[in-house]
Amino acid sequence: MAHAHSHDHDFHHEQGSELSEMQLRTRAIETILLEKGYIEQAAIDELIETYEKKIGPRNGAQVVAKAWVDPKFRKWLLEDGTAAIGSLGFGGRSGNHLVALENTPSLHNMVVCTLCSCYPWAVLGLPPLWYKSAPYRSRAVADPRGVLKDFGIELPKDTEIRVWDSTAELRYMVVPMRPAGTEGWSEEKLAELVTRDSMIGTGFPKSPKDLK
Amino acid sequence: MNGGQDIGGMDGFGPVQPEPNEPVFHSQWEKRAFALTLAAGVAGGWNIDMSRFARENRPPNEYLTMSYYQIWFAALEAMLKERALVSDDEIAVGQALKAPKPVSCILRADDVARVLYHGGPTERETKTKPAFKAGDRVRAKMMNPVTHTRLPRYVRGHLGTIDRVIGCHVFPDSNAAGAGENPQWLYTVRFDGGELWGADADPSVTVSVDAWEPYLLPA
Repeated sequence: MAHAHSHDHDFHHEQGSELSEMQLRTRAIETILLEKGYIEQAAIDELIETYEKKIGPRNGAQVVAKAWVDPKFRKWLLEDGTAAIGSLGFGGRSGNHLVALENTPSLHNMVVCTLCSCYPWAVLGLPPLWYKSAPYRSRAVADPRGVLKDFGIELPKDTEIRVWDSTAELRYMVVPMRPAGTEGWSEEKLAELVTRDSMIGTGFPKSPKDLK
Repeated sequence: MNGGQDIGGMDGFGPVQPEPNEPVFHSQWEKRAFALTLAAGVAGGWNIDMSRFARENRPPNEYLTMSYYQIWFAALEAMLKERALVSDDEIAVGQALKAPKPVSCILRADDVARVLYHGGPTERETKTKPAFKAGDRVRAKMMNPVTHTRLPRYVRGHLGTIDRVIGCHVFPDSNAAGAGENPQWLYTVRFDGGELWGADADPSVTVSVDAWEPYLLPA
């Protein structure tokens, strides 16, 4: 699929007229559905508000930080992601069946959905554009190391890479390795280190010096 | 269907372009397209597999040049029209011209949090036993249905190993066609990179898909 945004200015101008057409089309459908009573305006606003403000990668960061400090929770999370994550209040839409994948010094996990855009909304919110776009979906399964390079990441040659193509209703999240130099940190502070991309497998957590 | 959505292993799309500090939505209409799709799904009564098929069921050149929410919105319009909830003449003038059809349920603002938290679990009770266990070698079937399926082309015909028996889940191939949930055993199946991509493949890479039993043969 095409990127909806571009750093190329000419392309951006072209998109301008297309966007107004989309504004007209979405407004037409919204009006018709409201007039027919199929939808409620306040529910539309609530849905947008929920995914802009309430459900996002901070949820997943809490899960990871808890796994880093609580060995019993970590074990539960890896055995039954849905139940362990549910105990923190996260689940439901795009998160009814959650699987946590733990990175280790010898194993790196990376999540993709080649067929559409399956993503663990309940813990990470809505997926970023690159996750839904053709470059990532096409290459993540064939050349994950090449994709990681696009993110500025290089793993040792002997690190095993497991790519997980989300073809069913299981939703995968990666538990990245805890950064060094964080001994004794609280869950809240650790959660600040956990990035969205580190939970997809296309990035690492921040290091303590990044927080300063 | 072997459509524009099934792109695992294709070349030439260029590098991944992460966007620093990306907003959740890139324009106002994307917000509307997203929320309208979720809300109208409650009234329209279609399932997730029907939605996915409505998105992918278009010429590959269209699929690959439309933006993500353009595809969502086109699918929403198609599903509303298919069920005669909205008509072309209404879309042309941007207002309702006909009396509404009765619908069983409407999403209310007060219910949004509860409905999202319930989500759409797809695991189902079964009396059947799974045909495979972890460690079994299996071959992904060679199949090319023109209807909805979730077995990507890049694994078809290839040998893999059952990683995990997940449970009995709604079968998208049936559910998308309105032929019922037809739950089937679901497995995580892992393939070596070399099996999928040939001798030049990176030996440190494996790829898994989640595959329903009708997609698999004993090997």
